[in-house]
Amino acid sequence: MSMKPQIQNDVSLENKSTTSILQVLKSNMRQYGMFFALVLIILLFQLLTEGILLKPLNITNIILQNSYILVLAIGMVLVIITGHIDLSVGSIAAFVGAISGILIINHNIPTILAILICLIIGAVIGAWQGFWIAYVKIPAFIVTLAGMLLFRGATMLVLDGQSIAPYPKSFQGISSGFIPDPIGNGGLHILTILLGLVFSIIYILMEQRNRKNQLRYDFEVSSNGLYIGKLVGIVALINIFTYVLATYEGIPTILIILFTLILLYTFVMKKTVMGRHVYAIGGNEKAASLTGVKTKKVTFLVFVNMGVLSALSGIIFAARLNAATPKAGNLFELDAIAACFIGGASAYGGIGTVGGAIVGGLVMGVMNNGMSLMGLGIDWQQGIKGLVLLLAVAFDIYNKNKAS
Amino acid sequence: MSKFILEMIGITKEFPGVKALDNVNLQVKEGEIHALCGENGAGKSTLMKVLSGVYPYGSYSGDILFKGNTCQFKDIKQSEKLGIVIIHQELALIPELSIAENIFLGNEQSRRGIINWNETTVKTKKLLKTVGLAESPSTLITNIGVGKQQLVEIAKALSKEVKLLILDEPTAALNEDDSENLLNLLLHLKKQGITSIIISHKLNEISKVADAITILRDGQTIETIDVIDGGISEDRIIKGMVGRDLTNRYPERVSNIGEVIFAVENWNVYHPLHSERKIIDQVNLTIKKGEVVGIAGLMGAGRTELAMSIFGKSYGQKISGRLFKHGKELDIKNIPDAINNGLAYVTEDRKQYGLILIDDIKTNITLSNLEKISKTKVVNQHKEVIEAESFRQKMNIKTPSVFQKTGNLSGGNQQKVVLSKWIFSDPDILILDEPTRGIDVGAKYEIYTIINQLANEDKGVLLISSELPEILGMCDRIYVMSEGRITGELLKDDATQENIMKYMTYERGQYHEHEAANSK
Repeated sequence: MSMKPQIQNDVSLENKSTTSILQVLKSNMRQYGMFFALVLIILLFQLLTEGILLKPLNITNIILQNSYILVLAIGMVLVIITGHIDLSVGSIAAFVGAISGILIINHNIPTILAILICLIIGAVIGAWQGFWIAYVKIPAFIVTLAGMLLFRGATMLVLDGQSIAPYPKSFQGISSGFIPDPIGNGGLHILTILLGLVFSIIYILMEQRNRKNQLRYDFEVSSNGLYIGKLVGIVALINIFTYVLATYEGIPTILIILFTLILLYTFVMKKTVMGRHVYAIGGNEKAASLTGVKTKKVTFLVFVNMGVLSALSGIIFAARLNAATPKAGNLFELDAIAACFIGGASAYGGIGTVGGAIVGGLVMGVMNNGMSLMGLGIDWQQGIKGLVLLLAVAFDIYNKNKAS
Repeated sequence: MSKFILEMIGITKEFPGVKALDNVNLQVKEGEIHALCGENGAGKSTLMKVLSGVYPYGSYSGDILFKGNTCQFKDIKQSEKLGIVIIHQELALIPELSIAENIFLGNEQSRRGIINWNETTVKTKKLLKTVGLAESPSTLITNIGVGKQQLVEIAKALSKEVKLLILDEPTAALNEDDSENLLNLLLHLKKQGITSIIISHKLNEISKVADAITILRDGQTIETIDVIDGGISEDRIIKGMVGRDLTNRYPERVSNIGEVIFAVENWNVYHPLHSERKIIDQVNLTIKKGEVVGIAGLMGAGRTELAMSIFGKSYGQKISGRLFKHGKELDIKNIPDAINNGLAYVTEDRKQYGLILIDDIKTNITLSNLEKISKTKVVNQHKEVIEAESFRQKMNIKTPSVFQKTGNLSGGNQQKVVLSKWIFSDPDILILDEPTRGIDVGAKYEIYTIINQLANEDKGVLLISSELPEILGMCDRIYVMSEGRITGELLKDDATQENIMKYMTYERGQYHEHEAANSK
C-alpha cells in the first residue's frame, strides 16, 4: 500500500493511445522491481515455513519487529538522497531510549511529556550533527562516526552501564498496543475492518481526483480497464490485509504511526518545494545552489529530521523491549542504510524514495523473520542478508546501465 | 639557417562534430623560442596535445617529424623519452608532496624499488639552481607560490633531459615579477640549446622573447612570422589572429534601448582562498533596458568571476561595491536574494553548475521558481508539466517529452533547458556566460534568436563570450576586461576585432599609461 504507483510514469510513455499493462510493467520495472522481489520473497517463505509466515500473529510480529528500523529508514533515505550518510542513528536511538527510561522510570514524568522531551533531544542532536555537516562542511561520514561513538558513550554514562526497567503500561503501548475496538465483542476486530474500508474509500477518491485532473489537463492516462483493475487490486490488498489483522488483535498502534509517517514523508518528498530541494541537492549540489536552493539550510534540516526520527526509533525500541539498555540500537544504522539501498536509493545521492526504503526494510524484515521461523542460525541470516544487499544493488545498477 | 628540430605537417584532428585542427603545419628551428598565437579555441592546446601524445597516433592524421625522424607517439611517456615535455596550463604538481618528490615523480631515483633519497636531493638541488629557485628540496609544493611552482615544473622537465619544452600559458597566473623571471629563464635555457614552444595570450611577452611566431585561427595555420632584430609589433600579431569574415551568422535585431536598469559601481572581489589576491578591480558597468551588453576578455580576465560575484556573491570574498536596479540600491546577500531581485545567471559550465543531469527536463526548468507553480509550498505537478511543455515548444527543445532526463540531451538542447530555467524565474537582467560554448552552429543561431527575443521583451542581457565575432554580432555595447579590470568600453559601431583585442591584452602597467593618456 505504501507503493502507490505514481501517475507521472504512466504519462511519460510516448504513444498517445492508452497504455497497455505490459508497457506499464516494463517502464516501471526499475521502480517496482524490488516490490515484486518482496512479493516473491514473501511467497517463498510462505512455502518454506508451511504457511506460518502469513499467519495473522506472525504478520503482526513482523510489523512490530521492524517498526523501529522502518522509522529510521524513512529518515535515512532523505539523508542518502542529499548525498550523505548517517552512522550515528543507532547510538542516538540508544541514548534517547536511555533518557526516556530515566525520565519515566526514575523520575515519574508523564509519558506524553517524556516523549515530547525525547523528540526535542533528538532534534537537538540532529542539529548538532547537521551544523558540522552543512555549515562547517565536514563529511557526514566522519561527523556521524564521531556521533556514533559519542552517543554510545553518553548512553553508557547516563545509564551507568545498567538497564532500567520496567516502563509503565502507557509507554509500552507505543510498540505493543493495538487500537481499541469499541464496537466488536472480542471476536473479529470490527474497527480494523472499518478502517480498511475507510482507507479504501479515501484511496479511490484520491485516485479519481487525480485521474480527473489528468484528463482536464489533457494528459494521457492508462486505459479504463487497467485503471479499474489497479483500483480493485489495491482495494482488495488493503482489505485482505486489515481482515487478516482483525482476526488477531486488530491494527497495532505502531502501524498507525508508521503509516502516518510513510504518507507524510512520501507527500513531502514528492509534492512539496522542500522535497524538490532535497532531491536537487543530491542531484547536483552546485547547480542547486546556483539556482537559489538554500543548500546548507536544507541539508541541516534533513539531519535535524534524522535526529527526531532516531529519537522516535529509540522510544519505540525501548517500549518494545520494556527496558532502557546501553546495548540498544546496536547496528540499527546498518539495517536502515541497507534498507535504503535495497529500496533503490543511489549512493551518489539524488535518487531514492520513501516507499522504496520501506520495501527495502520489509525485504530484510521478512527474510529475518522467515529464516528465524525455519530455524536458521544468526550466522546464516547475516550472510544471506549481506548477499541480498549486494545483489539488490547490483540489479539496480544493471538496470540503470541498460536504461542509459 | 639552422635546421628544424620539429616539423608537424598537415595535422588534422577531429572531435565529434568539430574539426579542431585542419591541415596545420608547424616548423620549429633548433634552439629557438617559438610562439604559438591564436584566439581561444583556435586549436593551440589541441596541437600541443597531438605533439606530446595526449592524443595518440591514429586519432589524428598528418606527420610529426622530430629531428628528422617520423614519430608515432602512443602516449606522453613516449614523447618524453625523446625529450618533448609539455607543461600544462593547470600545473600537474601534487601539493602535499615536496619539491624533490614532485620533480622525480614517475622517474624516481631508485635501485630495486627503493628510493635513493640522497641522490634525489642532490639532483634536485642542482636543478633548482639551474632554474634559479632558492628553496629547499623538501619544501612542500603547497607552501610555495604559483610562480615558484612554475619553476618547479620547468625543473621537472629539465630532469627528463628535455630537448623541446612546451609551455601552455605559463604566465597566465603569474604576477609581473614572476613572469619576467620566467621569461628570462627561457632565454637562459635557449642559450643552453633547449628549444621551447610557448603558447601565450600576452603579446608583449611574445614580442619580447620569441624568435618566430606561428598564428593559428579556427584550427588552421595562418602564417609563421620570423622575428627579425627590432622585434615585431603587437598590432601585426593581432591582425593575424583575427581578421575572419563575418558572415551572417547572427539574426538581425532592431535595438530599442531604454533607460539604465542595472548598474554596478566600484565592484571589487578577492580570490575565495587567497584573500590578498584581487580578482575584480574597481569595475563599473551599466545595463539598459532592451540592451545586449557584451563582456569580452581572454581566459582568466575575470569575466565569470565578475558575473558570479554579482549574482548573489556566489564567487569570491571581501566583495565591496554597490548594485543598483532602476536607480535603487540592492542589498543582495545570497543567491535567493539575487533571484528575487530579478537577476539570473546562466553558467558557462552547464553540466557541472547548470543542470541536475539525473533529473528530467521539467524538474530542472521549474527549480528556479517552484513557488510559481506551488500553493502553500505544495507543488502542482500538473501545472508543472504544462509550463515545462510550453517551454519545450517555445524554445524548440528537441526531445519527445519533458520527462526526458537532461543528461541524455545534446549540448544545444541542454543549454535551452538552462535558459528556460532562468526565463521561468522571470528575471529582468540575464547574465549569460558563454551561452554557445560547445554547441553546434544551428543551435547557436537559435540561442541568438532567444537572446534577441529577451532584449525585445525589455530585459537587460549581459553576454560574456570568448568568441569575438559573437560579441560583435550580438551586442549593442561591449565592455572589455583584462586582469580583473574593465579596460575598454565600445559601442557596437566603434567596435572591431582589432581594438577589442587590444583592450583584451592590456596589462596592468599599460593600463595605467592608457588611463593617464586618457585623462590628459
